[in-house]
Amino acid sequence: MLNYIIRRVLYVIPIGLGVTVLVFALVHMSPGDPLSAVVPPDAPEEMVQDLRKAYGFDKPLPVQYVTWLGRVLVGDLGVSVARGREVVEELRIAVPNTFILAAGGTLLGFTLGAILGGIAGFFQGRWIDKLATSIAITGVSVPHYWLGLVLVIIFSVEMNVLPSIGMGPGGSTAWEWDAEHMRHLVLPVITLAVIPMGLITRTVRATVAEILNQEFVQALHAKGLFQRQVLAHIVRNAAPTTLAVMGLQLGYLLGGSILVETVFQWPGTGSLLNSAIFERDLPLLQGTILVLAMFFVLLNLIVDILQSAIDPRMSRR
Amino acid sequence: MRSKRPFSLRNLAIGAAAAILLAGTVSAPARAGGTLRVGMTAADIPLSWGQPDQGFEGFRFMGLMLYDGLINWDMSSADKASGLIPGLAESWSVDEADKTKWTFKIRKGAKFHDGSEFDADAVLWNFDRLFDKDSPQYSARMASLVNFRIPSLVYDADTNTKGWKKIDSHTVEFTTKSPDSFFPYQICYILMSSPAQFEATGSDWNKFAQNPSGTGPWKLTQIVPRERAEFVPFKEHWDETRQPKLDKVVTIPIPDPNARTAALLSGQVDWIEAPAPDAIPRLEERGMVMSSNLYPHVWSWHLSRVEGSPWNDIRVRKAANLAIDRDGIVSLLGGYAVKASGHVSPADPWYGSPSFKLEYNPDAAKALLAEAGFGPDNPVKVKMMISASGSGQMLPLPMNEYMQQNLAEVGIEVEFEVMEWQSLLDRWRAGAKAEQAQGANGINVSYTTQDPYSSFTRFLRCDLHAPAGVNWGYHCDAEMDELLNNASLAFDPVERDGWLAKVHTREVDNALFLWVVHDVAPRAMTKQVKGFIQARNWFQSLTPVSME
Repeated sequence: MLNYIIRRVLYVIPIGLGVTVLVFALVHMSPGDPLSAVVPPDAPEEMVQDLRKAYGFDKPLPVQYVTWLGRVLVGDLGVSVARGREVVEELRIAVPNTFILAAGGTLLGFTLGAILGGIAGFFQGRWIDKLATSIAITGVSVPHYWLGLVLVIIFSVEMNVLPSIGMGPGGSTAWEWDAEHMRHLVLPVITLAVIPMGLITRTVRATVAEILNQEFVQALHAKGLFQRQVLAHIVRNAAPTTLAVMGLQLGYLLGGSILVETVFQWPGTGSLLNSAIFERDLPLLQGTILVLAMFFVLLNLIVDILQSAIDPRMSRR
Repeated sequence: MRSKRPFSLRNLAIGAAAAILLAGTVSAPARAGGTLRVGMTAADIPLSWGQPDQGFEGFRFMGLMLYDGLINWDMSSADKASGLIPGLAESWSVDEADKTKWTFKIRKGAKFHDGSEFDADAVLWNFDRLFDKDSPQYSARMASLVNFRIPSLVYDADTNTKGWKKIDSHTVEFTTKSPDSFFPYQICYILMSSPAQFEATGSDWNKFAQNPSGTGPWKLTQIVPRERAEFVPFKEHWDETRQPKLDKVVTIPIPDPNARTAALLSGQVDWIEAPAPDAIPRLEERGMVMSSNLYPHVWSWHLSRVEGSPWNDIRVRKAANLAIDRDGIVSLLGGYAVKASGHVSPADPWYGSPSFKLEYNPDAAKALLAEAGFGPDNPVKVKMMISASGSGQMLPLPMNEYMQQNLAEVGIEVEFEVMEWQSLLDRWRAGAKAEQAQGANGINVSYTTQDPYSSFTRFLRCDLHAPAGVNWGYHCDAEMDELLNNASLAFDPVERDGWLAKVHTREVDNALFLWVVHDVAPRAMTKQVKGFIQARNWFQSLTPVSME
């Protein structure tokens, strides 16, 4: 077991290096000059060259990569070209904001998905199953940004009951868990929750339906257990699959939703990526992608270790 | 100060439950007395260290709030063209014997927000910041944002020859490369940061940007990247007529026009810049006040004059200008535009008296094309580079498609190369002969006409094509160069404007661009916003504004 964990942790080193190469290459392969968006259109070429030199963009790409990697290894992701701010500092603000949104979206999506999926699974073929399934299909089919805009039009513009942008009256640095800030969370969380809700509904429905057909359920009924006691057994059996899907969705949402964060001006990693892309801010772009990619690498590591702890066969492979 | 962010599953569960419950509750938006919240079009808070980024919006909502130039823009009137007025310099004059020498008398008693005095040393320090790479305050990024706006100023890095010199504690002499009457228009873009604050922030511009200090009428109290900047009045500002009436201004970047509109209608901001034209009737219906005014902006097609371009024939250029239904395009923009009669509007002192009138006359356009040897069986074929969006571009896709239809009706077939805004600017810098232009015959980039150099010189002078400048189309006309030289040698403002009027007259009579409309900078605000005077300028002042 310990050997497996050590081996698995050591794997992270080549994977991490591969991620850095990929991130750097992808960002630099994209067309366009990294300085064109930050210097005014009629800035003279000489001035642009000065700036290119100041940011090290005049050096060959392998040299730029090694320099960047050297800094990354000591926790320095560089300075945003457009903003002049430390990339680490930008991420320090953006990551928790995305986490709040992602956690809210996952929680709401999971709760609704589990309820709808459970109902649909128990009442397969009935009208309520069809209704729940329709809601689930709608959830996975509706484009995020469209739903966001519709919610803004209904609840912000027409009814004027919920704010349409931002994290609160004072911005993210003044975030509190109070009613005023919760109001800012409502629309983006609902928008973000629809896809996980749809996916979890379908997963739970299929899992519950499968379990209901298993012999142990008939045995439980034969033992004379009450319906709610049988239900408890079914839930316990359906939980691992559902939790696995929920975990995947949480990971996906933590990556930041560019569209949802842009529609609601939510200052998270999605919004950061959006501005980095439009401003061709390479240090910010590669720093943000790297952190998000490494987050997934680490998440996978944790999942693998946990799985091996639960199922010893995993570590013997 | 950053507040604590307690985070636990319990808090999250309570929070999510509260959020769901609150979705159904109704509460009026909060309003602080005397606070104006502005929704900007920028995607981020403009740089606050002195020279702003984010184009002229950066000057409007950061640069000219925190800082002054030696010369400022007059933004006190909505009825006349906005001109230059004394700023941190009380007066300026050119040496009669040597017209490359300018003497600026520095205002006494002006203070930076940190309490330090503004004087001639501060002026020299600020110019070193932009040019002298050996000075500790030199910033390549800041220099890249503004140095191109002051091309006349002498600076030679090899010999360290500087065109700025202290005469006494309140007098500075500037030297230009050649006599240039446009110099005051160039120097007004240089904003003065505090040397004392730079030192106090560890000689680090990024730290200075968090706690900036200028001499402007507003002080920055908070800056949250990508979210908000907060300003309060600087009570010791040297100009009592520019003392802010508001208690506070909050600027919020909201780049998406629909999000800006929603933010205004839901009470999260009191003022938005550039609402989408199709949202304006809805905003008016909901009681919002629209403000607009002509300002120095032109939306046009910049034509290529390289060999083989169909635009080399003046008859084709004139035909295209006569083929455009500008009233239709103004309607497309919800009425928030003014038909172009040239590069600048007739209300501008540089308009002159062109004989070629930009009217909608398809028959005359067809006749000109026939005269040039084109007809239904032999249409003019042009390729244009356009963007799908961009600063000052208004609604580029529908406007260009409208023009494409107009031009097709007279026998000019237009093919579009649509690209992202930054890519278009890359190609604009490279010029019509560059490989990136891929043989395009024109480019659609909207332009400022705020000052003579931006309006005329950079596009019309023979030697300012790529890489020396942005004469994208390689236009070259010795007589035009002569007129431009005469204008830059005329130090009497009336005489200078007279020469510029001749430049513009020649430009229109030769149909050097395909001009379409001037923007009127629509902005929407609640009825509570009072006292705003929309100057005929890219820049605006929030000092007379108050909240009812």
